[in-house]
Amino acid sequence: MANESTSQSLLKRHAKIERNATLLLVLAFVVVTIGGIVEIAPLFYLQNTIEKVAGVRPYSPLELLGRQIYVREGCYVCHSQMIRPMRDEVERYGHYSLAAESMYDRPFQWGSKRTGPDLARVGGRYSDEWHADHMEDPRALVPESVMPAYPWLAETKLDFKYVADHLRANRVLGVPYSDEMVAMAVTDIHAQVDPDHEEAEALLERYPGAQQRNFDGRDKITELDAMIAYMQMLGTLVDFSTYDAQANAR
Amino acid sequence: MDTYSLLRGFADSWALLAMFLIFVGIIVWTFRPGSRAKHDDIARIPFRNDRLED
Amino acid sequence: MVTGLKLSIYGLIAIFAAMAANWGHDLAYRVNALVVLAAAAIAFWWTMTREARPADGPTDGPGASGYMDDVVRAGVIATVIWGIVGFAAGTYIAFQLAFPVLNWDLPWTSFGRLRPLHTSAVIFAFGGNALICTSFYIVQRTCAARLWGGNLAWYVFWGYQLVIVLAATSYVLGGSESKEYAEPAWHIDLLLTVVWVGYLAVFMGTLIRRKEPHIYVANWFFLSFIVTVAMLHVVRNASVPVSIWGSTSYSAFAGVQDALTQWWYGHNAVGFFLTAGFLGMMYYFVPKQCERPVYSYRLSIIHFWALIFLYIWAGPHHLHYTALPDWAQTLGMVFSIILWMPSWGGMINGLMTLQGAWDKLRTDPVLRMLVVSVGFYGMATFEGPMMSIKAVNSLSHYTDWTIGHVHSGALGWNGMITFGALYFLVPRLWGAARLYSLSLVSWHFWLATIGIVLYAASMWVTGIMEGLMWRETDAHGFLVNSFADTVAAKMPMYVVRALGGVLYITGALIMVWNLWQTAKGRVRGSEAPAAVAAE
Repeated sequence: MANESTSQSLLKRHAKIERNATLLLVLAFVVVTIGGIVEIAPLFYLQNTIEKVAGVRPYSPLELLGRQIYVREGCYVCHSQMIRPMRDEVERYGHYSLAAESMYDRPFQWGSKRTGPDLARVGGRYSDEWHADHMEDPRALVPESVMPAYPWLAETKLDFKYVADHLRANRVLGVPYSDEMVAMAVTDIHAQVDPDHEEAEALLERYPGAQQRNFDGRDKITELDAMIAYMQMLGTLVDFSTYDAQANAR
Repeated sequence: MDTYSLLRGFADSWALLAMFLIFVGIIVWTFRPGSRAKHDDIARIPFRNDRLED
Repeated sequence: MVTGLKLSIYGLIAIFAAMAANWGHDLAYRVNALVVLAAAAIAFWWTMTREARPADGPTDGPGASGYMDDVVRAGVIATVIWGIVGFAAGTYIAFQLAFPVLNWDLPWTSFGRLRPLHTSAVIFAFGGNALICTSFYIVQRTCAARLWGGNLAWYVFWGYQLVIVLAATSYVLGGSESKEYAEPAWHIDLLLTVVWVGYLAVFMGTLIRRKEPHIYVANWFFLSFIVTVAMLHVVRNASVPVSIWGSTSYSAFAGVQDALTQWWYGHNAVGFFLTAGFLGMMYYFVPKQCERPVYSYRLSIIHFWALIFLYIWAGPHHLHYTALPDWAQTLGMVFSIILWMPSWGGMINGLMTLQGAWDKLRTDPVLRMLVVSVGFYGMATFEGPMMSIKAVNSLSHYTDWTIGHVHSGALGWNGMITFGALYFLVPRLWGAARLYSLSLVSWHFWLATIGIVLYAASMWVTGIMEGLMWRETDAHGFLVNSFADTVAAKMPMYVVRALGGVLYITGALIMVWNLWQTAKGRVRGSEAPAAVAAE
């Protein structure tokens, strides 16, 4: 019977998979790649993933180093930076987060847990002094808080010898840092903590909306300066009084 | 039609059908006649070779 | 000749590490370099003095089986040690959340640095060593072949321990990359990649030289775990370092893309590291311990292909209602729910293996441990799909419920099946007739089970409570609770959770004692056979 011979040969071929380790390896690998490719690859091509939003710019050198301290200390394990479009979240934290607002975040810091509140729009919510005191002793300001204190940030001088390399590494990945920005990276750190600095205005041209002041109130440029500079700019780049959600509807 | 709608339509129809057929295919293959004796034998592999005989 | 080549490689590594220690930009990197320098020096000394020591024979060591079991024995010891470290770190940070003074205002002991230490220690150090050593044990016995590659298995073992030590010291000193469950800095990622390729080579090589004509299903799961983790690791850690002399690097992906890459990685670290690999353990140890073949071998084949195909899609359920496009969220939710089916297919297959032998549960606490782990697997794989439904997720996301869910899987499924495997392996590997004490196994079982119940229950309470408190509004539409109110309300449950951790680690310490005595060939006085007691 012809039927039997085909089922025979089919059987033999199936037996092969169970016997051939290399074939099993290749088949298993193919099977596990499908889902990832279908879900991830379109994000790089589909227009609706990241809308262009006015105001979003790469981090200034000081903000970028502040962000690295946020990364280093593992703040993401307790704080999210992603406001979901639900009534209570918008009420509590502000406008829901846009994809564009984290387009220069490498790695992203949306987080997965809120042991503390969301920080996506913490910028401008508290004063610099509040942040400085809060890092020194969180429970002095919020008695219920379970946040660790970070007194070493105020005592540690910010190491920005290699900040230009940070900008260069980002540029390799496509972040639009210009030659001028890379060349002026160290100067821009000095200019951001000192509004009277001669490059202060040039800094604002390079990084529109950057806030310039002595963030920690101390003479030295400390890690706390960088941290507060980062905190205070979070979620402030987009002007939601002019933002048109309909134009970016998905 | 834009890329998104095109892909969406494809995923909802042909891709879904293909995945369903593959799923049915795997089940048919696994439960094909004549495989039971072999599978029973494979299932007993852990009970052999507790010692390596050269 | 080979010795000379090895010595010069170790020497070069040592010189490079010394340079890195000298020029490193940050403390974490410099200490990492010193650790590598020490490792290279030890390897150099070991190779140089090798001739003076007797060579490893194929049948040396206690419990000689003809297989390469020395490296499995080392893996068992490493699993136990890292398990205790990981549980201790977890219990400690649980107390930190209840009593923040325990952060001591020091960088090295603050929660943000210790949490990655805890997660990496339990998942990759404890779980990873358990997977490597059980897969080496199982693949040899189901293939009737010694491990391929000779000492390559030892390089895998020691290389993996080096990765663990480097990652742990790096986190504590501020070298974390903040990619959840992929926190190690770029240079540690590179080393892990090399080690992992070695692991794949040993495993594949052993499969290829097998004497059994068929590949037993446990090995399918191990193979898919190894190859998928390789893929996930390489893609998730793609980044550009700021300098080769520093820990810092920038991810190859940004924002939305980085988020989806993260949870494609993160969810499948669960799916392949903590599920597929441990299912390989289940498909060997459950049949062995109850002395009957798996309930349905055919079901195991469907289980395998369905599980590995579906798991990969589920990542976006970690990003519901975020800036990720809706279609990706929906795909993630649908596949997560479908995933319930193969998960329970696997659970049923494991549990039904006891068909006709259920009475053994009364007399064999090791089997009880294996079975309850499969039960927890079933619970966690029901809870997971439920939490991935967008309406449920809108409440559960960002809350302690997620933490409770993860721990019923990690403590219940991964922990318990590993304990069962260790109780199975130690008497056989150290040539003991039986375990030191079965009643101590029962003690471990109940302490661990009650610990998990305290943990999961307290986290359900805090998770659902805080989710509801966050969204509570009054008649005028204003929020009722400040964020600090919700933190204060959780405090009692945080203490309960930490106590659950204390019970769990107490059980594990009892296990350490029990296994130690077993390896020494002792039997607990009250449990010794009458003839021996009369002596």
